[in-house]
Amino acid sequence: MLMINLILILIVGGFAALISERFGQNIPRKVALAVVMLDLVYLLLSLSVMPELELLQAPQPSDPQSWLMHYSREWIPAFGIKIELAVDGLSLLMVFLTLILGAVAVSASWTDVQVRRGFFEANLLWTLAGVLGVFMAMDLFLFFLFWEVMLIPMYFMIAIWGHENRGYAAMKFFIFTQVSGLLMLVSILALVAVHQSNTGVWTFSYFDLLNTQIAEQTAFWLMLGFFIAFVVKLPGFPFHTWLPDAHTQAPTAGSVILAGVLLKTGAYGLIRFAVPLFPQASIEFAPIALWLGAAGVVYGAVLAFGQTDFKRLIAYSSVSHMGFVLLGVYAWNALALQGAVMQMVAHGFSTAALFMIAGSLQERLHTRDMREMGGLWQNMPRMGAVAMFFVVASLGLPGLGNFVAEFLILLGLFQVDRWLTVIASLGLITGAAYSLLLMQRSFQGEPDETRQLTDFGSREMLTMAVMMIALIGLGLYPQPVLDIARPVVEGLLNFSATVTGELL
Amino acid sequence: MEGLNIPLNHILLVSSLLFAIGLLGLMIRRNIIFILMSLEVMLNSAALAFVAAGAHWGQPDGQIVFMFILSVAAAEVAVGLGLVLQVQRRFKSLDMDNADRMRG
Amino acid sequence: MRELIGLIAFIPLLSSVALILGAGRLSRIVIGCLGVGSVGVAALLTAAMGLDFLANPEPFQVTLWTWMQVADFAPGVAIYFDGLTLVMMSVITGVGFLIHLFSTEFMEDDISYARYFAYLNMFVAAMLILVMADNLLLLYLGWEGVGVCSYLLVGFWYQNSANGYAARKAFIVTRIGDTAMALGLFLLFTELGTLDIQALGVAANAKWQVGDNMPLLACMLILGGAVGKSAQLPLHTWLPDAMAGPTPVSALIHAATMVTAGVYLIARTHELYLLAPIAMIAVALVGLTTSLMAAFTALTQRDIKRILAYSTISQIGYMFLALGVGAWSAGIFHLMTHAFFKALLFLSSGAIIHCLHHEHDIFKMGGLRSRMPVTFWSFMIGSAALAALPMTSGFFSKDQILLQAYQMHGIGPWLWLGGLVGALLTAIYSFRLVFVVFFGQANTEPDKHTGWRMAVPLSLLCVLALLGGWIIIPVAEVFPVASDHHPAFWVEAVSIAVPLIGVAIAYLVFYSRQLRLEGLVKAPLMQKIQHFWFSGWGIDWLYDRVFVKPYYGLARVLKSEPVDALYNLIVRVNQSLNHWLSEGQSGQMRRYIASMVFGLIVLLAILVGVL
Repeated sequence: MLMINLILILIVGGFAALISERFGQNIPRKVALAVVMLDLVYLLLSLSVMPELELLQAPQPSDPQSWLMHYSREWIPAFGIKIELAVDGLSLLMVFLTLILGAVAVSASWTDVQVRRGFFEANLLWTLAGVLGVFMAMDLFLFFLFWEVMLIPMYFMIAIWGHENRGYAAMKFFIFTQVSGLLMLVSILALVAVHQSNTGVWTFSYFDLLNTQIAEQTAFWLMLGFFIAFVVKLPGFPFHTWLPDAHTQAPTAGSVILAGVLLKTGAYGLIRFAVPLFPQASIEFAPIALWLGAAGVVYGAVLAFGQTDFKRLIAYSSVSHMGFVLLGVYAWNALALQGAVMQMVAHGFSTAALFMIAGSLQERLHTRDMREMGGLWQNMPRMGAVAMFFVVASLGLPGLGNFVAEFLILLGLFQVDRWLTVIASLGLITGAAYSLLLMQRSFQGEPDETRQLTDFGSREMLTMAVMMIALIGLGLYPQPVLDIARPVVEGLLNFSATVTGELL
Repeated sequence: MEGLNIPLNHILLVSSLLFAIGLLGLMIRRNIIFILMSLEVMLNSAALAFVAAGAHWGQPDGQIVFMFILSVAAAEVAVGLGLVLQVQRRFKSLDMDNADRMRG
Repeated sequence: MRELIGLIAFIPLLSSVALILGAGRLSRIVIGCLGVGSVGVAALLTAAMGLDFLANPEPFQVTLWTWMQVADFAPGVAIYFDGLTLVMMSVITGVGFLIHLFSTEFMEDDISYARYFAYLNMFVAAMLILVMADNLLLLYLGWEGVGVCSYLLVGFWYQNSANGYAARKAFIVTRIGDTAMALGLFLLFTELGTLDIQALGVAANAKWQVGDNMPLLACMLILGGAVGKSAQLPLHTWLPDAMAGPTPVSALIHAATMVTAGVYLIARTHELYLLAPIAMIAVALVGLTTSLMAAFTALTQRDIKRILAYSTISQIGYMFLALGVGAWSAGIFHLMTHAFFKALLFLSSGAIIHCLHHEHDIFKMGGLRSRMPVTFWSFMIGSAALAALPMTSGFFSKDQILLQAYQMHGIGPWLWLGGLVGALLTAIYSFRLVFVVFFGQANTEPDKHTGWRMAVPLSLLCVLALLGGWIIIPVAEVFPVASDHHPAFWVEAVSIAVPLIGVAIAYLVFYSRQLRLEGLVKAPLMQKIQHFWFSGWGIDWLYDRVFVKPYYGLARVLKSEPVDALYNLIVRVNQSLNHWLSEGQSGQMRRYIASMVFGLIVLLAILVGVL
């Protein structure tokens, strides 16, 4: 029930925020913050009464009883559709990331959103609910439902509260995700049909479908359906073009959620569904996926370097960083997978913070064009220092979370493909180039003495401090995260090894 | 049943001719009055075919349908003339090509 | 006691964090005390640790915590302490303390006083982590950490975009080397299954033979990191530009400590290099060519800091030469003496710049001998040590390097000869600097005088630069024993004589003007060569054409997002399809009818045809 409650609190909280606007302009944001905090506290309290041992137990991917939490009840029995939710270490990490960044996003929307605040916060909470559902749903039908549910409120957030070109960006975002989502739906249905013709049982349950025997050719196409859906969301090269537009046009809170959490659903889907459901096809496809990942790393970095729009630059840096995740997933060994999980968490924090800074700049300067900035450190030293921190985090300074992630991924990748590692390592150099250019163009250089700008206040500093501490913690003592993810990664590796071993 | 014994084929031929004339009128006339008249011709050609077929088979159905068509034609004229008035008021012309308001 | 060694790095770090958090709320006195005091405490602790170690010279290892553990990859945040670590830590904290003290006066008018000391303290902490690291990953943390601090400090005066450019150049050029080094780490871990430096040596010796390809590859990749950080060919171009930072920063980071990290790295991993003779020759050749190239360039520069920067590049070249010929302890010895005299030179030049309205051009100085006596003597002693005049600290270390280079089998004498040419040039350019700046007629009047916070560090460094050659560094246990066979007497004699000849040439040309070179210098060919040298052998120009401009071009070409063109194509196809189909929806009644009739006829035809 815990998992259902987590989602329900957010959905109901969304309605509460919507209604609360009648009582005052500033009520919805407080309601939203309270709802997210309530969710977080509820989760923490529930976890604290659980026996700790289960955390460290290696779950069998195909045995729901070995997972941390599992809930299942009938929904549409005629087709074997159930309301089935389950959580293991990976999901748990993602749920935490979602809720923490959810709180950050509410903070980011504090002064940014001016109109229809109640509806905005409601959309925010509903997106979070959809994302939580995606991270916990283990029934593929339910998963697809949540996949769509998180899309629609996000669409509204971009389309209603976005910037000058919001209609285009929102539509592009919607079409990309929708089309790829439909491909996934086709794959899901075909997979279920194959399973039905094999066993005579209709089921959408992840645990039942895991061991489906599929003809090689069919498996490849079905895998491709999942792969494209997740890679579009990730976003991987060459399906990334919706991201810069969506990010640039979205309101700050939208960007935070989009970069921090929504992109992670793609990575999560790859690890959870695309590879384990079709291990053999995935192994055969891995070289192509790895090349796409490396291409994304370098391409995103080069494009980020060419941008003049602050948010667009960060958006392309996300493309580059998520390329690392793709590399980590398809290198498919313990080092790289752990690195990919780390990258999901660390990138969530570093990019969310950078988007918040971008939002704060836009709020103060009414522009995102870096050619109109420069020397802002002088005007806003606190914001400058914070920006410097997250910029060096994003370029992979050791001691901060992103470094651990990228190092593990590249180390794991090196054992798979050495030349590809060399190419992906170029991302470290080009990453430095665009990150420092961002710093130079906005905060350094000739200051404009006539500008009267307010520096970060205590609310913003508090939000930033949360993320800074998180990144330092991840960088210097990543073990807790690695330990939570380890059993999952080991379970997946064992599972795919036995399956492919059998097939071979 | 002595008397005028016209073969069915001839009547159907006339009926088709009438239908074709009506259709042609519908296609080439631009004046909405003439379009309505062409429609009327087409309806009547169909009615003629029904009557002839009814007579040929000795069934009353043909004549029943004729009555039906008659009433439809009457209703159509009523509505059609109303539209004609509206068109005339709005476009100050009865040319249907001028009434094209779509931007295709 | 030994368990507390982590504190030495932690105290400056803590002070740095305190300075950042307290920015704008602390008084200058407090900032100065925190900044200087933390490094002072670190220096005292290092001294205590050193005394303890010298009494009982047993290397030890302290693991603070396991950094991360994934499968069998489990690097710790662990410290390894031996003689080499001690030497490096002493240099960092000792020279670092003096430079911090100097900075309190040099930077006293700067509004970002706290930010300066925060960065500088953070640098010291990162540098200490670098040299104390037990494994290559933690070393890499320090390595990147000093890189970021160097970036922050070079671009300290961020209001000027040129400084920002120099800072970014410094970071990105070294990042290229760092990436090579990271690849080296991947290779070492994949092949040997560990990154602990001591374990690596054992594993490498067990798995590889001398001359194998794997150690060669690994060593070349690590060398990539080393040449980046230590500003050697082909990645040296950032260092002259890095002089945009405050002068004490140049003294600490770009002369005494960070730029010598590459030397430390190679010395630390010497067991790998011993398995790859070709890599060692590469190190020696890189060192020698860099040293000569930089020396020629230094001859033609006019900016006092750039001269010193090229001289630093050149001297690090000597250290690389030493490492390449297997003279490990001589290389580290030169690292230490170089830290003394180069810090001294930079600080004196800082004093000059400070007192001379931030003038950098040496030809606008002159006659400062009587006006700034303390600085003059400091500079004199520093230059003497740099030129390796007998009995100065530089003499001992450079002499060792040259002699051991001579003894190397095969190309040894040639390396020695190259080194001699470098030594000659070093003597010429360093005394050119002395004669031009301190003698002759005065061109600019100093407007300030050096206070005690500048004078004390200068005097102490003078002592070290003069007498540092007598220090015996405790690295005998760290490195394999070098042969104590001495070459022929004439070799030693020539090695000693060459710097003196250089000073004499400089005297004749730049002081007494008895040797007139105007005719030679004005010749068109010489003009061209001079220009070529002045531009740093055109390497910046070359890189600009080959890497920087194409990259900017690529970014500009790609900015419009060519991938999106594909999706736009889909959009356009759909749009034209839409356009085409909506043509039919014209509202022309008669056309509708016609098409209906046409369709009906076609349908009927098909129907009839089928029937």
